[in-house]
Amino acid sequence: MSITSEAVNHGRVIYARAYVRMKGLLREPHWSIAEVIIPMLSISAYIYMYQVLNAPNEFLGFVIVGGAMLSFWSNVLWGMSSQFYWEKETGTLGLYLIAPISRMAVLVGMALGGMINTTIRALSILFIGIILFPINLVIGDVYALAIIFTLTVIALYGMGILFASLFLLYGREATHIADLLQEPIYLLSGMYYPVLGSRFFPLAIKFLASAIPLTLGIDGMRQLLILGGDFNSVILHIIGLVILSSVLLPFAHFALQKMENVSKREGRLTLRWQ
Amino acid sequence: MHAVEAYSLSRVFKAKQGTITALNKANLEINYGETLGLLGANGAGKTTFIKILSTLLLPSEGSASVYGFDVVKDAKQVRKVINLVSGGETPGYGILTVKENLWFFSQLYGLSSNVAKERIDKLMQDMELEEYADTRMHKLSTGFKQRLNLARGFINEPKVLFLDEPTLGLDVINAKHIRKYVKYWVRSDRTRAVLLTTHYMAEAEEICDRVAIIYNGSIVTCETPQALKASLAKDTSVEIEVRSSSVLKLELEGLLGSSIDNNGDGVTKMRVVLDDESRIPELISLLTEKGCKIISINTSEPSLEDVYMKYVGRGINTDEHNK
Repeated sequence: MSITSEAVNHGRVIYARAYVRMKGLLREPHWSIAEVIIPMLSISAYIYMYQVLNAPNEFLGFVIVGGAMLSFWSNVLWGMSSQFYWEKETGTLGLYLIAPISRMAVLVGMALGGMINTTIRALSILFIGIILFPINLVIGDVYALAIIFTLTVIALYGMGILFASLFLLYGREATHIADLLQEPIYLLSGMYYPVLGSRFFPLAIKFLASAIPLTLGIDGMRQLLILGGDFNSVILHIIGLVILSSVLLPFAHFALQKMENVSKREGRLTLRWQ
Repeated sequence: MHAVEAYSLSRVFKAKQGTITALNKANLEINYGETLGLLGANGAGKTTFIKILSTLLLPSEGSASVYGFDVVKDAKQVRKVINLVSGGETPGYGILTVKENLWFFSQLYGLSSNVAKERIDKLMQDMELEEYADTRMHKLSTGFKQRLNLARGFINEPKVLFLDEPTLGLDVINAKHIRKYVKYWVRSDRTRAVLLTTHYMAEAEEICDRVAIIYNGSIVTCETPQALKASLAKDTSVEIEVRSSSVLKLELEGLLGSSIDNNGDGVTKMRVVLDDESRIPELISLLTEKGCKIISINTSEPSLEDVYMKYVGRGINTDEHNK
Protein backbone atom coordinates (compact mmCIF):
# COMPACT_ATOMS: atom_id res chain seq x y z
CA MET A 1 0.00 0.00 0.00
CA SER A 2 1.37 3.42 -0.95
CA ILE A 3 1.99 6.11 1.63
CA THR A 4 -0.77 8.23 0.08
CA SER A 5 -3.44 5.54 0.26
CA GLU A 6 -2.36 4.69 3.79
CA ALA A 7 -2.68 8.36 4.74
CA VAL A 8 -6.15 8.47 3.13
CA ASN A 9 -7.17 5.40 5.15
CA HIS A 10 -5.89 6.98 8.37
CA GLY A 11 -7.88 10.08 7.47
CA ARG A 12 -11.03 8.00 7.02
CA VAL A 13 -10.60 6.38 10.42
CA ILE A 14 -9.93 9.74 12.10
CA TYR A 15 -12.97 11.31 10.49
CA ALA A 16 -15.23 8.34 11.26
CA ARG A 17 -14.25 8.28 14.93
CA ALA A 18 -14.59 12.04 15.27
CA TYR A 19 -18.01 11.79 13.56
CA VAL A 20 -19.30 9.53 16.36
CA ARG A 21 -18.33 12.15 18.93
CA MET A 22 -19.86 15.02 16.99
CA LYS A 23 -23.09 13.12 16.35
CA GLY A 24 -23.27 12.49 20.09
CA LEU A 25 -23.26 16.23 20.71
CA LEU A 26 -25.99 16.87 18.14
CA ARG A 27 -28.21 13.97 19.14
CA GLU A 28 -27.98 14.40 22.90
CA PRO A 29 -27.64 18.18 23.35
CA HIS A 30 -29.05 18.02 26.89
CA TRP A 31 -25.75 16.48 28.02
CA SER A 32 -23.81 19.41 26.63
CA ILE A 33 -26.19 21.88 28.23
CA ALA A 34 -25.64 20.15 31.58
CA GLU A 35 -21.88 20.21 31.00
CA VAL A 36 -22.06 23.99 30.59
CA ILE A 37 -24.49 24.73 33.42
CA ILE A 38 -22.83 22.56 36.09
CA PRO A 39 -19.35 24.13 35.75
CA MET A 40 -21.03 27.55 35.73
CA LEU A 41 -22.29 26.84 39.26
CA SER A 42 -18.81 26.32 40.71
CA ILE A 43 -17.46 29.20 38.61
CA SER A 44 -20.20 31.44 40.10
CA ALA A 45 -19.34 30.30 43.63
CA TYR A 46 -15.67 31.30 43.18
CA ILE A 47 -16.62 34.60 41.58
CA TYR A 48 -18.95 35.50 44.47
CA MET A 49 -16.22 34.55 46.90
CA TYR A 50 -13.70 36.84 45.19
CA GLN A 51 -16.31 39.61 45.10
CA VAL A 52 -16.99 39.21 48.83
CA LEU A 53 -13.24 39.41 49.49
CA ASN A 54 -12.98 42.51 47.30
CA ALA A 55 -10.38 40.78 45.12
CA PRO A 56 -9.14 42.62 42.02
CA ASN A 57 -11.53 42.37 39.07
CA GLU A 58 -8.97 40.30 37.11
CA PHE A 59 -9.63 37.40 39.45
CA LEU A 60 -13.16 37.08 38.10
CA GLY A 61 -11.71 36.71 34.63
CA PHE A 62 -9.17 34.16 35.90
CA VAL A 63 -12.03 32.02 37.20
CA ILE A 64 -13.97 32.16 33.94
CA VAL A 65 -10.93 31.25 31.81
CA GLY A 66 -9.94 28.47 34.23
CA GLY A 67 -13.49 27.08 34.32
CA ALA A 68 -13.74 27.10 30.53
CA MET A 69 -10.40 25.37 30.06
CA LEU A 70 -11.27 22.81 32.69
CA SER A 71 -13.85 21.34 30.30
CA PHE A 72 -10.89 20.06 28.28
CA TRP A 73 -9.43 18.29 31.25
CA SER A 74 -12.76 16.57 32.07
CA ASN A 75 -13.04 15.51 28.44
CA VAL A 76 -9.47 14.19 28.33
CA LEU A 77 -9.98 12.25 31.54
CA TRP A 78 -13.44 10.81 30.98
CA GLY A 79 -13.88 11.02 27.24
CA MET A 80 -10.39 9.97 26.16
CA SER A 81 -8.45 8.14 28.84
CA SER A 82 -11.26 5.87 29.99
CA GLN A 83 -12.77 5.47 26.55
CA PHE A 84 -10.82 2.37 25.43
CA TYR A 85 -11.75 0.74 28.71
CA TRP A 86 -15.45 1.41 28.11
CA GLU A 87 -15.13 0.25 24.53
CA LYS A 88 -13.62 -2.97 25.80
CA GLU A 89 -16.63 -3.41 28.06
CA THR A 90 -19.09 -2.97 25.17
CA GLY A 91 -17.08 -5.13 22.78
CA THR A 92 -16.28 -2.30 20.34
CA LEU A 93 -12.58 -2.35 21.20
CA GLY A 94 -12.27 -5.86 19.78
CA LEU A 95 -13.78 -4.62 16.52
CA TYR A 96 -11.11 -1.92 16.26
CA LEU A 97 -8.39 -4.38 17.01
CA ILE A 98 -9.36 -6.87 14.32
CA ALA A 99 -9.49 -4.10 11.70
CA PRO A 100 -6.35 -3.34 9.65
CA ILE A 101 -6.04 0.19 11.01
CA SER A 102 -3.72 2.26 13.10
CA ARG A 103 -4.93 2.39 16.70
CA MET A 104 -3.38 5.85 16.88
CA ALA A 105 -5.77 7.00 14.13
CA VAL A 106 -8.72 5.85 16.26
CA LEU A 107 -7.44 7.81 19.24
CA VAL A 108 -6.66 10.87 17.14
CA GLY A 109 -10.22 10.74 15.77
CA MET A 110 -11.57 10.42 19.27
CA ALA A 111 -9.42 13.38 20.34
CA LEU A 112 -10.48 15.49 17.35
CA GLY A 113 -14.18 14.89 18.04
CA GLY A 114 -13.60 15.63 21.72
CA MET A 115 -11.71 18.83 20.91
CA ILE A 116 -14.49 20.15 18.69
CA ASN A 117 -17.24 19.33 21.19
CA THR A 118 -15.30 20.67 24.14
CA THR A 119 -14.28 23.86 22.34
CA ILE A 120 -17.99 24.59 21.80
CA ARG A 121 -18.62 23.87 25.48
CA ALA A 122 -15.66 26.01 26.64
CA LEU A 123 -16.71 28.91 24.42
CA SER A 124 -20.24 28.66 25.82
CA ILE A 125 -18.88 28.86 29.38
CA LEU A 126 -16.75 31.85 28.42
CA PHE A 127 -19.67 33.56 26.70
CA ILE A 128 -22.11 33.02 29.58
CA GLY A 129 -19.44 34.12 32.07
CA ILE A 130 -18.88 37.38 30.18
CA ILE A 131 -22.62 38.06 30.10
CA LEU A 132 -23.26 37.25 33.77
CA PHE A 133 -20.23 38.84 35.41
CA PRO A 134 -18.39 42.14 35.00
CA ILE A 135 -15.35 40.85 33.16
CA ASN A 136 -13.17 42.92 30.95
CA LEU A 137 -11.51 40.84 28.21
CA VAL A 138 -8.46 42.41 26.58
CA ILE A 139 -7.25 40.41 23.62
CA GLY A 140 -3.87 41.88 22.88
CA ASP A 141 -2.41 39.26 20.57
CA VAL A 142 -4.85 37.01 18.75
CA TYR A 143 -2.10 34.91 17.15
CA ALA A 144 -0.41 34.21 20.46
CA LEU A 145 -3.79 33.30 21.89
CA ALA A 146 -4.44 30.88 19.01
CA ILE A 147 -0.97 29.34 19.43
CA ILE A 148 -1.35 28.90 23.19
CA PHE A 149 -4.83 27.41 22.84
CA THR A 150 -3.85 25.01 20.04
CA LEU A 151 -0.70 23.83 21.79
CA THR A 152 -2.56 23.34 25.08
CA VAL A 153 -5.22 21.23 23.39
CA ILE A 154 -2.64 19.16 21.47
CA ALA A 155 -0.57 18.52 24.59
CA LEU A 156 -3.68 17.73 26.66
CA TYR A 157 -5.03 15.23 24.14
CA GLY A 158 -1.54 13.74 23.78
CA MET A 159 -1.77 13.12 27.50
CA GLY A 160 -5.25 11.65 26.94
CA ILE A 161 -3.90 9.22 24.32
CA LEU A 162 -1.12 8.21 26.71
CA PHE A 163 -3.61 7.62 29.52
CA ALA A 164 -5.89 5.66 27.18
CA SER A 165 -3.05 3.17 26.64
CA LEU A 166 -2.31 2.91 30.34
CA PHE A 167 -5.97 2.55 31.24
CA LEU A 168 -6.29 -0.21 28.66
CA LEU A 169 -3.70 -2.15 30.58
CA TYR A 170 -5.12 -1.43 34.00
CA GLY A 171 -8.65 -2.32 32.99
CA ARG A 172 -11.32 -1.80 35.58
CA GLU A 173 -8.97 0.17 37.82
CA ALA A 174 -9.12 2.89 35.18
CA THR A 175 -12.04 4.71 36.74
CA HIS A 176 -10.27 4.83 40.08
CA ILE A 177 -7.15 6.26 38.44
CA ALA A 178 -9.29 8.87 36.70
CA ASP A 179 -10.89 9.75 40.03
CA LEU A 180 -7.49 10.01 41.68
CA LEU A 181 -6.18 12.30 38.96
CA GLN A 182 -9.12 14.69 38.99
CA GLU A 183 -8.65 16.65 42.24
CA PRO A 184 -4.81 16.96 42.18
CA ILE A 185 -5.07 18.41 38.68
CA TYR A 186 -7.73 20.85 39.86
CA LEU A 187 -5.35 21.97 42.59
CA LEU A 188 -2.14 22.16 40.55
CA SER A 189 -3.49 23.60 37.33
CA GLY A 190 -4.77 26.71 39.08
CA MET A 191 -8.25 26.32 37.80
CA TYR A 192 -9.74 29.16 39.87
CA TYR A 193 -6.58 30.98 40.98
CA PRO A 194 -3.14 31.76 39.54
CA VAL A 195 -0.48 29.17 40.29
CA LEU A 196 2.59 30.15 38.28
CA GLY A 197 2.51 33.81 39.32
CA SER A 198 1.49 33.11 42.89
CA ARG A 199 3.80 33.70 45.88
CA PHE A 200 2.02 31.00 47.90
CA PHE A 201 3.28 28.03 45.88
CA PRO A 202 6.92 26.91 46.26
CA LEU A 203 9.06 26.79 43.12
CA ALA A 204 9.11 22.97 43.13
CA ILE A 205 5.31 22.86 43.05
CA LYS A 206 5.22 25.43 40.24
CA PHE A 207 7.72 23.34 38.27
CA LEU A 208 5.67 20.19 38.85
CA ALA A 209 2.49 22.03 37.88
CA SER A 210 4.15 23.14 34.63
CA ALA A 211 4.36 19.52 33.54
CA ILE A 212 0.55 19.64 33.24
CA PRO A 213 -0.38 21.24 29.90
CA LEU A 214 -3.51 22.68 31.48
CA THR A 215 -1.48 24.80 33.94
CA LEU A 216 0.59 26.43 31.20
CA GLY A 217 -2.48 26.78 28.97
CA ILE A 218 -4.67 28.42 31.60
CA ASP A 219 -1.91 30.75 32.75
CA GLY A 220 -0.96 31.73 29.21
CA MET A 221 -4.55 32.41 28.25
CA ARG A 222 -5.10 34.49 31.36
CA GLN A 223 -2.05 36.57 30.42
CA LEU A 224 -3.44 37.15 26.95
CA LEU A 225 -7.15 37.45 27.68
CA ILE A 226 -7.30 39.19 31.03
CA LEU A 227 -3.96 40.91 31.66
CA GLY A 228 -3.51 42.20 28.10
CA GLY A 229 -0.17 40.43 27.57
CA ASP A 230 1.46 39.89 24.18
CA PHE A 231 3.51 37.14 22.53
CA ASN A 232 6.62 37.96 24.64
CA SER A 233 4.72 37.55 27.87
CA VAL A 234 3.80 33.96 26.99
CA ILE A 235 6.97 32.84 25.24
CA LEU A 236 7.91 30.53 28.14
CA HIS A 237 4.41 29.07 28.11
CA ILE A 238 4.72 28.36 24.39
CA ILE A 239 8.14 26.73 24.80
CA GLY A 240 6.80 24.60 27.67
CA LEU A 241 3.78 23.52 25.66
CA VAL A 242 5.89 22.71 22.58
CA ILE A 243 8.14 20.53 24.76
CA LEU A 244 5.15 18.81 26.36
CA SER A 245 3.48 18.17 22.98
CA SER A 246 6.63 16.81 21.41
CA VAL A 247 7.23 14.49 24.36
CA LEU A 248 3.67 13.39 25.06
CA LEU A 249 2.58 12.50 21.51
CA PRO A 250 5.50 10.20 20.59
CA PHE A 251 5.44 8.72 24.08
CA ALA A 252 1.69 8.10 23.70
CA HIS A 253 2.33 6.35 20.36
CA PHE A 254 5.04 4.19 21.90
CA ALA A 255 2.91 3.40 24.96
CA LEU A 256 -0.04 2.43 22.78
CA GLN A 257 2.02 -0.13 20.87
CA LYS A 258 3.64 -1.43 24.01
CA MET A 259 0.34 -1.76 25.84
CA GLU A 260 -1.30 -3.53 22.92
CA ASN A 261 1.50 -6.10 22.82
CA VAL A 262 1.43 -6.65 26.57
CA SER A 263 -2.36 -6.88 26.56
CA LYS A 264 -2.34 -9.40 23.69
CA ARG A 265 0.27 -11.46 25.47
CA GLU A 266 -1.61 -11.44 28.76
CA GLY A 267 -5.10 -11.60 27.30
CA ARG A 268 -6.18 -8.24 28.70
CA LEU A 269 -7.54 -6.78 25.50
CA THR A 270 -10.82 -8.57 25.43
CA LEU A 271 -11.31 -10.20 28.79
CA ARG A 272 -13.99 -8.02 30.32
CA TRP A 273 -13.40 -9.00 33.89
CA GLN A 274 -9.89 -7.58 33.81
CA MET B 1 -2.91 -24.96 1.69
CA HIS B 2 -6.06 -24.39 3.74
CA ALA B 3 -8.00 -21.23 4.50
CA VAL B 4 -7.18 -21.70 8.17
CA GLU B 5 -4.45 -23.85 9.65
CA ALA B 6 -3.65 -24.33 13.32
CA TYR B 7 -1.05 -26.73 14.61
CA SER B 8 -0.31 -27.59 18.23
CA LEU B 9 -1.96 -24.34 19.23
CA SER B 10 -1.85 -23.76 22.98
CA ARG B 11 -2.80 -20.88 25.19
CA VAL B 12 -2.11 -20.67 28.90
CA PHE B 13 -3.45 -17.88 31.09
CA LYS B 14 -1.86 -16.86 34.35
CA ALA B 15 -4.33 -16.82 37.20
CA LYS B 16 -4.04 -16.15 40.92
CA GLN B 17 -4.34 -19.87 41.64
CA GLY B 18 -1.73 -20.86 39.06
CA THR B 19 -2.25 -21.30 35.34
CA ILE B 20 -5.29 -22.08 33.21
CA THR B 21 -4.80 -24.00 29.99
CA ALA B 22 -7.51 -22.69 27.66
CA LEU B 23 -6.11 -24.37 24.54
CA ASN B 24 -4.01 -27.49 24.59
CA LYS B 25 -2.12 -28.42 21.40
CA ALA B 26 -5.17 -27.94 19.22
CA ASN B 27 -4.89 -28.88 15.53
CA LEU B 28 -7.39 -27.76 12.93
CA GLU B 29 -7.56 -27.15 9.19
CA ILE B 30 -10.41 -25.38 7.43
CA ASN B 31 -10.75 -25.80 3.67
CA TYR B 32 -11.69 -23.07 1.22
CA GLY B 33 -15.43 -22.96 0.69
CA GLU B 34 -16.05 -24.73 3.97
CA THR B 35 -18.02 -23.91 7.10
CA LEU B 36 -16.43 -25.61 10.04
CA GLY B 37 -18.26 -25.82 13.33
CA LEU B 38 -16.36 -25.83 16.59
CA LEU B 39 -18.58 -27.53 19.08
CA GLY B 40 -17.94 -27.39 22.79
CA ALA B 41 -19.32 -26.38 26.15
CA ASN B 42 -18.56 -23.02 27.78
CA GLY B 43 -14.90 -22.88 28.75
CA ALA B 44 -13.88 -25.59 26.30
CA GLY B 45 -11.56 -23.17 24.46
CA LYS B 46 -13.72 -22.13 21.48
CA THR B 47 -13.49 -18.37 22.00
CA THR B 48 -9.78 -18.52 22.84
CA PHE B 49 -9.24 -20.34 19.55
CA ILE B 50 -11.11 -17.67 17.62
CA LYS B 51 -9.33 -14.83 19.45
CA ILE B 52 -5.95 -16.23 18.46
CA LEU B 53 -7.01 -16.66 14.83
CA SER B 54 -8.42 -13.14 14.72
CA THR B 55 -5.16 -11.66 16.15
CA LEU B 56 -6.72 -10.53 19.42
CA LEU B 57 -4.60 -12.88 21.48
CA LEU B 58 -1.15 -14.38 21.12
CA PRO B 59 -0.74 -18.14 21.36
CA SER B 60 1.51 -19.51 24.08
CA GLU B 61 2.73 -22.26 21.75
CA GLY B 62 2.11 -23.61 18.28
CA SER B 63 1.35 -21.88 15.01
CA ALA B 64 -1.69 -20.69 13.10
CA SER B 65 -2.30 -19.05 9.77
CA VAL B 66 -5.31 -17.52 8.08
CA TYR B 67 -5.39 -17.35 4.29
CA GLY B 68 -1.68 -18.11 4.30
CA PHE B 69 -0.78 -15.32 6.72
CA ASP B 70 0.74 -16.12 10.09
CA VAL B 71 -1.49 -14.78 12.88
CA VAL B 72 1.49 -13.54 14.90
CA LYS B 73 3.98 -12.35 12.28
CA ASP B 74 1.53 -11.09 9.64
CA ALA B 75 -1.26 -9.86 11.92
CA LYS B 76 -1.97 -6.82 9.74
CA GLN B 77 -2.39 -8.97 6.62
CA VAL B 78 -4.65 -11.36 8.54
CA ARG B 79 -6.86 -8.43 9.62
CA LYS B 80 -7.44 -7.45 6.00
CA VAL B 81 -9.00 -10.80 5.12
CA ILE B 82 -11.01 -11.59 8.24
CA ASN B 83 -13.93 -10.39 10.26
CA LEU B 84 -15.43 -11.55 13.51
CA VAL B 85 -19.02 -11.59 14.70
CA SER B 86 -19.75 -12.56 18.27
CA GLY B 87 -23.16 -13.25 19.73
CA GLY B 88 -24.54 -10.89 22.35
CA GLU B 89 -22.17 -8.04 21.50
CA THR B 90 -22.94 -4.43 20.71
CA PRO B 91 -22.24 -3.83 17.03
CA GLY B 92 -21.09 -0.22 17.32
CA TYR B 93 -22.48 2.93 18.86
CA GLY B 94 -26.01 3.20 20.20
CA ILE B 95 -26.21 6.88 19.29
CA LEU B 96 -25.65 6.14 15.59
CA THR B 97 -28.29 4.76 13.25
CA VAL B 98 -28.00 1.37 11.57
CA LYS B 99 -26.76 2.97 8.37
CA GLU B 100 -24.28 5.22 10.18
CA ASN B 101 -22.87 2.31 12.15
CA LEU B 102 -22.26 0.36 8.96
CA TRP B 103 -20.67 3.41 7.37
CA PHE B 104 -18.47 3.83 10.46
CA PHE B 105 -17.15 0.27 10.19
CA SER B 106 -16.71 0.59 6.42
CA GLN B 107 -14.26 3.42 7.13
CA LEU B 108 -12.17 1.14 9.33
CA TYR B 109 -11.62 -0.97 6.22
CA GLY B 110 -10.78 1.98 3.98
CA LEU B 111 -13.89 1.78 1.78
CA SER B 112 -14.53 4.81 -0.42
CA SER B 113 -17.90 6.55 -0.08
CA ASN B 114 -19.36 5.00 -3.24
CA VAL B 115 -18.25 1.46 -2.48
CA ALA B 116 -19.38 1.82 1.14
CA LYS B 117 -22.82 3.10 0.14
CA GLU B 118 -23.37 0.30 -2.35
CA ARG B 119 -22.26 -2.36 0.10
CA ILE B 120 -24.28 -0.95 2.99
CA ASP B 121 -27.45 -0.88 0.87
CA LYS B 122 -26.88 -4.47 -0.21
CA LEU B 123 -26.18 -5.69 3.33
CA MET B 124 -29.21 -3.89 4.75
CA GLN B 125 -31.30 -5.56 2.09
CA ASP B 126 -29.79 -8.99 2.80
CA MET B 127 -30.30 -8.64 6.54
CA GLU B 128 -33.78 -7.13 6.09
CA LEU B 129 -32.66 -4.01 7.93
CA GLU B 130 -33.86 -1.43 5.39
CA GLU B 131 -36.85 -0.48 7.50
CA TYR B 132 -34.49 0.33 10.37
CA ALA B 133 -31.83 2.13 8.31
CA ASP B 134 -32.37 5.41 10.15
CA THR B 135 -33.15 3.91 13.55
CA ARG B 136 -30.58 4.43 16.24
CA MET B 137 -28.91 1.19 17.23
CA HIS B 138 -29.89 1.37 20.89
CA LYS B 139 -33.55 1.24 19.85
CA LEU B 140 -33.18 -2.06 17.99
CA SER B 141 -34.31 -5.39 19.41
CA THR B 142 -31.66 -8.00 20.28
CA GLY B 143 -32.38 -9.91 17.08
CA PHE B 144 -32.00 -6.90 14.82
CA LYS B 145 -28.89 -5.76 16.69
CA GLN B 146 -27.39 -9.12 15.87
CA ARG B 147 -28.44 -8.79 12.23
CA LEU B 148 -26.63 -5.46 12.20
CA ASN B 149 -23.65 -7.14 13.83
CA LEU B 150 -23.63 -9.74 11.09
CA ALA B 151 -23.92 -7.08 8.39
CA ARG B 152 -20.91 -5.38 9.99
CA GLY B 153 -19.04 -8.66 9.74
CA PHE B 154 -19.52 -8.70 5.97
CA ILE B 155 -18.69 -5.02 5.38
CA ASN B 156 -15.10 -5.70 4.28
CA GLU B 157 -16.08 -8.77 2.24
CA PRO B 158 -13.83 -10.99 4.35
CA LYS B 159 -12.30 -14.17 3.04
CA VAL B 160 -12.51 -15.89 6.40
CA LEU B 161 -15.36 -15.11 8.77
CA PHE B 162 -15.23 -16.07 12.42
CA LEU B 163 -18.61 -16.48 14.04
CA ASP B 164 -18.50 -16.85 17.80
CA GLU B 165 -21.90 -18.11 18.97
CA PRO B 166 -23.66 -15.79 16.51
CA THR B 167 -27.18 -16.85 17.43
CA LEU B 168 -26.72 -16.72 21.20
CA GLY B 169 -29.95 -15.67 22.88
CA LEU B 170 -31.82 -15.08 19.62
CA ASP B 171 -35.38 -16.12 18.83
CA VAL B 172 -36.00 -18.82 16.25
CA ILE B 173 -36.76 -16.44 13.36
CA ASN B 174 -33.64 -14.30 13.78
CA ALA B 175 -31.42 -17.33 14.38
CA LYS B 176 -32.81 -19.02 11.27
CA HIS B 177 -32.25 -15.91 9.18
CA ILE B 178 -28.64 -15.65 10.29
CA ARG B 179 -27.94 -19.34 9.63
CA LYS B 180 -29.50 -19.16 6.21
CA TYR B 181 -27.46 -16.14 5.22
CA VAL B 182 -24.15 -17.59 6.45
CA LYS B 183 -24.84 -20.79 4.52
CA TYR B 184 -25.59 -18.83 1.36
CA TRP B 185 -22.59 -16.53 1.79
CA VAL B 186 -19.96 -19.24 2.04
CA ARG B 187 -21.47 -21.31 -0.75
CA SER B 188 -21.69 -18.39 -3.17
CA ASP B 189 -17.90 -18.06 -3.31
CA ARG B 190 -15.68 -21.09 -2.80
CA THR B 191 -12.67 -18.94 -1.83
CA ARG B 192 -14.38 -18.08 1.44
CA ALA B 193 -14.44 -19.98 4.71
CA VAL B 194 -16.32 -19.78 7.99
CA LEU B 195 -15.35 -20.93 11.46
CA LEU B 196 -18.43 -21.10 13.64
CA THR B 197 -18.30 -21.78 17.34
CA THR B 198 -21.50 -22.95 18.92
CA HIS B 199 -22.93 -25.16 21.55
CA TYR B 200 -26.16 -25.59 19.62
CA MET B 201 -26.06 -29.05 18.05
CA ALA B 202 -28.81 -28.25 15.56
CA GLU B 203 -26.94 -25.18 14.37
CA ALA B 204 -23.75 -27.14 13.77
CA GLU B 205 -25.66 -29.85 11.97
CA GLU B 206 -27.60 -27.40 9.81
CA ILE B 207 -24.84 -25.23 8.42
CA CYS B 208 -21.48 -26.91 8.95
CA ASP B 209 -19.67 -29.00 6.37
CA ARG B 210 -17.49 -30.42 9.12
CA VAL B 211 -17.74 -30.34 12.88
CA ALA B 212 -14.82 -30.33 15.31
CA ILE B 213 -15.45 -31.17 18.94
CA ILE B 214 -13.34 -29.25 21.42
CA TYR B 215 -13.01 -30.41 24.98
CA ASN B 216 -10.65 -29.07 27.64
CA GLY B 217 -8.80 -27.07 24.99
CA SER B 218 -8.13 -30.00 22.66
CA ILE B 219 -9.80 -30.92 19.39
CA VAL B 220 -10.98 -34.46 20.01
CA THR B 221 -12.46 -35.13 16.57
CA CYS B 222 -13.20 -33.35 13.30
CA GLU B 223 -15.48 -34.89 10.67
CA THR B 224 -18.58 -34.24 8.62
CA PRO B 225 -21.77 -34.44 10.71
CA GLN B 226 -22.76 -37.50 8.67
CA ALA B 227 -19.44 -39.26 9.31
CA LEU B 228 -19.60 -38.43 12.98
CA LYS B 229 -23.08 -39.88 13.26
CA ALA B 230 -22.07 -42.87 11.15
CA SER B 231 -19.37 -43.63 13.70
CA LEU B 232 -22.25 -44.40 16.04
CA ALA B 233 -24.23 -46.33 13.40
CA LYS B 234 -24.21 -49.52 15.43
CA ASP B 235 -25.16 -47.65 18.56
CA THR B 236 -28.59 -46.83 19.84
CA SER B 237 -29.58 -43.61 21.42
CA VAL B 238 -32.02 -44.14 24.28
CA GLU B 239 -34.06 -41.35 25.79
CA ILE B 240 -35.36 -42.17 29.25
CA GLU B 241 -37.60 -40.24 31.59
CA VAL B 242 -37.26 -41.29 35.20
CA ARG B 243 -38.52 -40.05 38.52
CA SER B 244 -35.51 -39.81 40.85
CA SER B 245 -33.99 -37.69 43.58
CA SER B 246 -31.32 -35.16 42.67
CA VAL B 247 -28.67 -37.22 44.52
CA LEU B 248 -29.57 -40.23 42.44
CA LYS B 249 -29.47 -38.11 39.31
CA LEU B 250 -25.79 -37.35 39.88
CA GLU B 251 -25.09 -41.01 40.52
CA LEU B 252 -26.79 -41.99 37.27
CA GLU B 253 -24.83 -39.40 35.39
CA GLY B 254 -21.61 -41.05 36.54
CA LEU B 255 -22.84 -44.54 35.87
CA LEU B 256 -24.24 -44.04 32.43
CA GLY B 257 -22.22 -41.18 31.03
CA SER B 258 -25.50 -39.70 29.99
CA SER B 259 -26.69 -36.28 28.91
CA ILE B 260 -29.19 -34.68 31.28
CA ASP B 261 -31.57 -32.56 29.27
CA ASN B 262 -33.76 -31.22 32.01
CA ASN B 263 -34.78 -31.85 35.55
CA GLY B 264 -38.04 -30.49 36.84
CA ASP B 265 -40.60 -31.74 39.36
CA GLY B 266 -38.34 -34.67 40.21
CA VAL B 267 -38.43 -35.90 36.61
CA THR B 268 -35.08 -36.43 34.95
CA LYS B 269 -34.80 -36.72 31.20
CA MET B 270 -31.67 -38.55 30.11
CA ARG B 271 -30.04 -39.58 26.91
CA VAL B 272 -27.80 -42.62 26.84
CA VAL B 273 -25.88 -44.15 23.95
CA LEU B 274 -25.74 -47.95 24.03
CA ASP B 275 -23.44 -49.94 21.77
CA ASP B 276 -26.15 -52.58 21.36
CA GLU B 277 -29.93 -52.32 21.48
CA SER B 278 -30.04 -55.63 23.36
CA ARG B 279 -28.56 -53.83 26.38
CA ILE B 280 -31.79 -51.89 26.99
CA PRO B 281 -33.14 -54.48 29.50
CA GLU B 282 -29.80 -54.23 31.32
CA LEU B 283 -30.25 -50.46 31.49
CA ILE B 284 -33.80 -50.83 32.81
CA SER B 285 -32.74 -53.19 35.58
CA LEU B 286 -29.87 -50.86 36.53
CA LEU B 287 -32.25 -47.93 36.86
CA THR B 288 -34.78 -49.99 38.79
CA GLU B 289 -32.05 -51.21 41.18
CA LYS B 290 -31.15 -47.57 41.82
CA GLY B 291 -34.73 -46.90 42.84
CA CYS B 292 -35.79 -44.96 39.74
CA LYS B 293 -39.33 -45.04 38.53
CA ILE B 294 -39.17 -45.25 34.75
CA ILE B 295 -41.77 -43.04 33.08
CA SER B 296 -40.86 -43.59 29.43
CA ILE B 297 -38.17 -45.05 27.16
CA ASN B 298 -37.64 -44.16 23.49
CA THR B 299 -34.94 -45.18 21.07
CA SER B 300 -33.71 -43.09 18.16
CA GLU B 301 -30.92 -42.74 15.59
CA PRO B 302 -27.73 -41.27 17.10
CA SER B 303 -27.51 -37.49 16.82
CA LEU B 304 -24.59 -35.06 17.02
CA GLU B 305 -25.35 -34.74 20.73
CA ASP B 306 -24.67 -38.48 21.04
CA VAL B 307 -21.41 -38.08 19.14
CA TYR B 308 -20.40 -35.34 21.57
CA MET B 309 -21.24 -37.67 24.47
CA LYS B 310 -19.13 -40.42 22.97
CA TYR B 311 -16.02 -38.25 22.65
CA VAL B 312 -16.40 -36.15 25.77
CA GLY B 313 -17.99 -38.69 28.08
CA ARG B 314 -21.00 -36.52 28.89
CA GLY B 315 -23.54 -34.32 27.18
CA ILE B 316 -22.87 -30.72 26.17
CA ASN B 317 -25.80 -29.61 28.33
CA THR B 318 -24.42 -31.56 31.27
CA ASP B 319 -21.25 -29.52 30.88
CA GLU B 320 -23.31 -26.34 30.83
CA HIS B 321 -25.20 -27.33 34.00
CA ASN B 322 -21.99 -28.13 35.81
CA LYS B 323 -20.35 -24.80 34.97
